[in-house]
Amino acid sequence: MEQRDDIIEYSLYNHHSEDEGKKIRKKIWKVTLILSIVTLVEVFFGAMVKQDSSMWLTVKILFILLTIVKAGYIVMTFMHLGDEKKTLKWIVLLPYLIFIVYLIFIGLSEGASVGARM
Amino acid sequence: MSGHASKEMRANVGWDGKGSPFSVGYGKLMMWFFLVSDALTFGGFLIAYGFTRYSYGGAWPIGEETFDALPFLHGSYPLAYVALMTFILIISSVTIVLAVEAGHRMDRKSVTKWLFATIVGGLIFIGSQAWEWSHFIHGTDFGRVELSDGSIATAKGEFGKIHNFEIVKPGAHYDGIGELITNENITKEDGDLMHAFQHAAAKRRLSGTAGAMMITLNDGTIAKVNKDTDQGLELIVKVAGRDHAVSSAADESTRIHEDEGSVALYYEALSKGNVVYGANLHENEYGPQTYGHFFFFVTGFHGFHVTIGIILMIIVFINVLKGTYQKRGHYEMVEKVGLYWHFVDLVWVFVFTFFYLI
Repeated sequence: MEQRDDIIEYSLYNHHSEDEGKKIRKKIWKVTLILSIVTLVEVFFGAMVKQDSSMWLTVKILFILLTIVKAGYIVMTFMHLGDEKKTLKWIVLLPYLIFIVYLIFIGLSEGASVGARM
Repeated sequence: MSGHASKEMRANVGWDGKGSPFSVGYGKLMMWFFLVSDALTFGGFLIAYGFTRYSYGGAWPIGEETFDALPFLHGSYPLAYVALMTFILIISSVTIVLAVEAGHRMDRKSVTKWLFATIVGGLIFIGSQAWEWSHFIHGTDFGRVELSDGSIATAKGEFGKIHNFEIVKPGAHYDGIGELITNENITKEDGDLMHAFQHAAAKRRLSGTAGAMMITLNDGTIAKVNKDTDQGLELIVKVAGRDHAVSSAADESTRIHEDEGSVALYYEALSKGNVVYGANLHENEYGPQTYGHFFFFVTGFHGFHVTIGIILMIIVFINVLKGTYQKRGHYEMVEKVGLYWHFVDLVWVFVFTFFYLI
């Protein structure tokens, strides 16, 4: 059969070799280590820094950033979204970049102003 | 690998047009689309939570104060248990990705091993969540009290052990003045000494002061409570009353300490029945009622996802054992369930941050 370039290569049969597997596993364990350390750091700050203290706002922002870092590692490495086609990657990520950031902003600021009126 | 392009695709993998958009299988793409929509659902919940929390200002429960218990242990271990649960879920995410990787090498033995590990991790997680729910529902030893000046406070400290109830006036089930009711001879209706004590407190059936409490049991028996003194009882004021300002989470000296009469205040509230133990859909020890609703709904919905994930993995596990995927020539099904499982982990990462940490 002649080669066709209109059919996109199908990933189902993309098996990898033992050597490639070794590399992938190494990456998986590396990410595991990162995720564990990040969780430990979060718990440490959560238990040590009290709410209402002067450090709290900084720690809160740190928590959110670390959460996004964790989410990024899970989605990009564990869920292999980083290895997918660029179009698929953006179809999945774009809705959040557009809506969630806006919704968080509007949800929290409206909540605060509702609270101020009560 | 141009060879793949010319490969005839089988109808059972989906794309009848033979070309595969985004170069992924039909099932996997649909799993991604499902996860995108499901993530928006969870996103909606968390934003609703944030909205409500911000509208309550400072009266919201604080994670490290609310979740500081460990099974089988007394004392305060802020966030230790949820951290453990988070870690278990992350590890189960690792084991499933190892199963997916093994699937790409057609290594059936490793797929079996790692998939099994993931199922075990999932079961441990759901069991931990059950324990935490149970603890949340039953509440703390002290409960939350409304003090005489109208302020509302939770308590920290070590609750003195109740040894027995000494019968003063016999009722229907207990007789013999001066005899002792212990956990051995207490009726089923009363449960155990601690339950009977809390039940009586909430029903206004306790009277007296810290050292000399009298309890009226369900059958009308009146008894003296023989109980150790509480250690280091501190009241954390959540809602200010006439005499007490709200305690700052950052500064423990703003709590009501023993030398400021915390014991008398606490037992006065207890003898008036102004106490709430634990949380349910009607009352909530830890803070605003809405907090309880959100906690049950969001962690419950997540727990439901975990349960579904475990069921799916068990089905896939059976198929792996039967060799279904080996015959099919690929382990994409493990990958699809894996995606779902990672998503469950991902949601927990956010729930962990917004419910427990912040």
